[in-house]
Amino acid sequence: MSAAETGPTHGYNFAYLDEQTKRMIRRAILKAVAIPGYQVPFASREMPMPYGWGTGGVQVTAAIIGRCDTLKVIDQGSDDTTNAVSIRKFFAKTAGVATTTHTAEATIIQTRHRIPEHTLKAGQILVYQVPIPEPLRFLEPRETETRRLHALKDYGLMQVKLYEDIARHGHIATTYAYPVEVAGRYVMDPSPIPKFDNPKMNMSEALQLFGAGREKRIYAVPPHTNVRSLDFEDHPFRVQQFATPCALCGAEGVYLDEVVLDDRGGRMFVCSDTDFCEERRAQGFTGTMSPDWKGEGANGGRQANER
Amino acid sequence: MYVAVKGGEAAIDNAHTLLAHTRRGAPEVPEITPAQIAGQLTLAAERVMAEGSLYDPALAALAIKQARGDLVEAIFLVRAFRTTLPRFGQSVPLDTSAMAIERRISATYKDLPGGQVLGPTFDYTHRLIDFLLEAGAEVPEPARADAGDAVVAPRVTDLLDGESLIERETRADDAPAPDITREPMEFPASRDQRLQVLARGDEGFLLALGYSTQRGYGRTHPFVGEIRFGEVAVEFVPEELGFPVPLGNVRLTECQMVNQFTGSADKPPQFTRGYGLVFGQGERKAMAMSLVDRALRAHEFGEESGAPAQDEEFVLSHCDNVQATGFVEHLKLPHYVDFQAELELVRRMRAEYAAREERVEEEARE
Amino acid sequence: MSVDDDRPLLSTRGLTKYYGNRIGCADVSFDLYEGEVLAIVGESGSGKSTLLSLLANELAPTCGTVLYRMRDGETRDLATLSESERRLLLRTDWGFVRQDAREGLRMGVSAGGNVGERLMAVGSRHYGRIRATAGDWLQRVEIDTARIDDTPRSFSGGMRQRLQIARNLVTGPRLVFMDEPTSGLDVSVQARLLDLVRSLVREMGLAVIIVTHDLAVARLLSHRIMVMRAGHVIEAGLADQVLDDPREAYTQLLVSSVLAA
Repeated sequence: MSAAETGPTHGYNFAYLDEQTKRMIRRAILKAVAIPGYQVPFASREMPMPYGWGTGGVQVTAAIIGRCDTLKVIDQGSDDTTNAVSIRKFFAKTAGVATTTHTAEATIIQTRHRIPEHTLKAGQILVYQVPIPEPLRFLEPRETETRRLHALKDYGLMQVKLYEDIARHGHIATTYAYPVEVAGRYVMDPSPIPKFDNPKMNMSEALQLFGAGREKRIYAVPPHTNVRSLDFEDHPFRVQQFATPCALCGAEGVYLDEVVLDDRGGRMFVCSDTDFCEERRAQGFTGTMSPDWKGEGANGGRQANER
Repeated sequence: MYVAVKGGEAAIDNAHTLLAHTRRGAPEVPEITPAQIAGQLTLAAERVMAEGSLYDPALAALAIKQARGDLVEAIFLVRAFRTTLPRFGQSVPLDTSAMAIERRISATYKDLPGGQVLGPTFDYTHRLIDFLLEAGAEVPEPARADAGDAVVAPRVTDLLDGESLIERETRADDAPAPDITREPMEFPASRDQRLQVLARGDEGFLLALGYSTQRGYGRTHPFVGEIRFGEVAVEFVPEELGFPVPLGNVRLTECQMVNQFTGSADKPPQFTRGYGLVFGQGERKAMAMSLVDRALRAHEFGEESGAPAQDEEFVLSHCDNVQATGFVEHLKLPHYVDFQAELELVRRMRAEYAAREERVEEEARE
Repeated sequence: MSVDDDRPLLSTRGLTKYYGNRIGCADVSFDLYEGEVLAIVGESGSGKSTLLSLLANELAPTCGTVLYRMRDGETRDLATLSESERRLLLRTDWGFVRQDAREGLRMGVSAGGNVGERLMAVGSRHYGRIRATAGDWLQRVEIDTARIDDTPRSFSGGMRQRLQIARNLVTGPRLVFMDEPTSGLDVSVQARLLDLVRSLVREMGLAVIIVTHDLAVARLLSHRIMVMRAGHVIEAGLADQVLDDPREAYTQLLVSSVLAA
């Protein structure tokens, strides 16, 4: 199929799903936006990629994407991981839309496990791929019961879990998929993003949509919505700190991946958000492992993170 | 210096090419055709139709070829194709009593109207490897009943119903049956939703659950009232016509399990039903499905419950092999962002632990 | 004991439950006042556990009503409570001590978490204070506070029951249901537990409805006794009166069998 690079795939509707289905999904999205943090059941379709590999996010993206949109897809913060490539290609093929790796240029960003480092702006939509949408699932396996707990705003059990963490470890031991309370009402699973990213959800200018395909749920955080990570008054929520800046671009206050260099304990830490890192390097920032490392203080003490 | 890993796109393309190559196998062996799969590995194709919930033998066969014989992968291919098909509406309920029977057996009666018809079954074969098959020996012609002897075989459950010995199955209303592939299901589910989920559920999973009810985890005291397999006509009422028109025939296996029920305050003792229906010749699946269907009705009859097979949320949430395989296999996707967060936590906790140990030792020394 | 209201705390009329055509319990009526301990006694199958479930609003009656005077003074028909009101009542003003501690506790959660759960459920968000309160309560029920981070799995039967009591009493309820809280425990452990319950009941002015097949338990704890047989209340009165001067032949039999034991 040589047309694949330029236009939608022959025999399928724009962005794969038929319009009826898209409308159904958009209705679920509208409801989700109207009730921030509430999990709206929707008739999730079988998609041509496996469950657990982003079918929910792909359906949400397919339902909202238009011909003028520019799509960015990341997995683990990177545009070049296999699953991100695969999903980006899927939309390039079925919708023929423009794609980008630059956060600022994208109108829709589909993500697995990260929120980009660049602060998102009004008009942008962040679509999360969600494996288990129910924050209470591992405390209470039954759907009938968890729905009742949400309906009654009965979240004592969740607090007990956090209590147990502190009692056992001295601090809350949840490092990712850290539960949040949305708009003072629903407790929500932010998908398995590291808790480092949780504060970015709060009062974001962008619309945040969450799609769980296998579990058939859509939920949302509208722009300018309060998102509070659960904690105790005397054990407030804290994000992890990295001891070193990015070894390639010198950025601080960003999430870093650990790269194993050899089998003798050699390690380096680099930006998880690859696009952010590349942009900085293009601007001349350097890190200890970059070829043109300019030494301490070379970055003029400028904070990497403009937030 | 370090260069970040790149080249995901090229790697994927290469992997796909290699897959196609591996699929083809040794070039000196003739390539298998979908027609051969549909005609000679019929039970595989039929399982793919049943769990793919799309009746199309040619497509199922092609999917098996594409999936290199991995049936769950083939089912997945069929499902992903099915999802893009428009839905016309719902057929007239199939009349399995009018089935052109190829096989029909009952365990509850020695003989009955229509007789016991063994049909093509493995049941009484000795499981000895037949090395003649390797050589491709000629097969003898099967015996055939005289044409014109149309078998009239009323369903066993209808015979019992004549005596009111078995619960009656009636639709509560004329509302169209819900379609679990078009509307989200919520718990507790209705029986028609449950049956739909079971019909496309994984054969192995349902088999194990059905088996568990026989071993005491949710006993149902089952008898095979009847298993029948054959072709049934599908009819559809177009709105503009207002009368049913035939669409074609489908091959189906139906199992009606007859179960003991001792009665309650407002119901007399009566036999109850467990129901199984699958595309193609899928006896094992149909039987397992009927056992699980009955087990899931424990609440309805006020029976003691708590066994896995009686747990609706457990059974229905986990019996779909396309969902299960996707989620299990997604664990091989990168998780290094979350793992990084866990690494950091474990390191910190280990440091705290070591510091604590050291303090204790120091105190001990003092 | 401060009883600032002379209206009954809980009041039931004509409470009846059928299971199909079998009687669970039939036509039970009584009033319970604040600080009062009522024992429901009878053999197994007499309907006493059914009655307790009906009173605690866990089971819907076939007919009859249960009225409860809420903390705000308003008397409510329990059948009309919304699910959220019911749950709030269950974790603030009521307690329920189960025969099987595994049903009344979270076995995978530490003792401190078990006691703290009710506090968190009603909005407490200060770890230090929750833990301090949990520690206090462990002391009150004679559990070594060093065990605060252990799960009840490692506790003996008697400790589990005491933990259940702490978990239930931490929000200062006015009414506690108890279902055979001492059965399955050694005699010496039973005595210690009963002693503890008795002193807590007195200190906190609790009203208690306790179901037991053991008349010795009823004698030790209760002010009043109701004897049940085949779903019906066959005799009711002050504890001493029922035990020392039983009117019904069946009660006489029960009392004599306890004396014989």
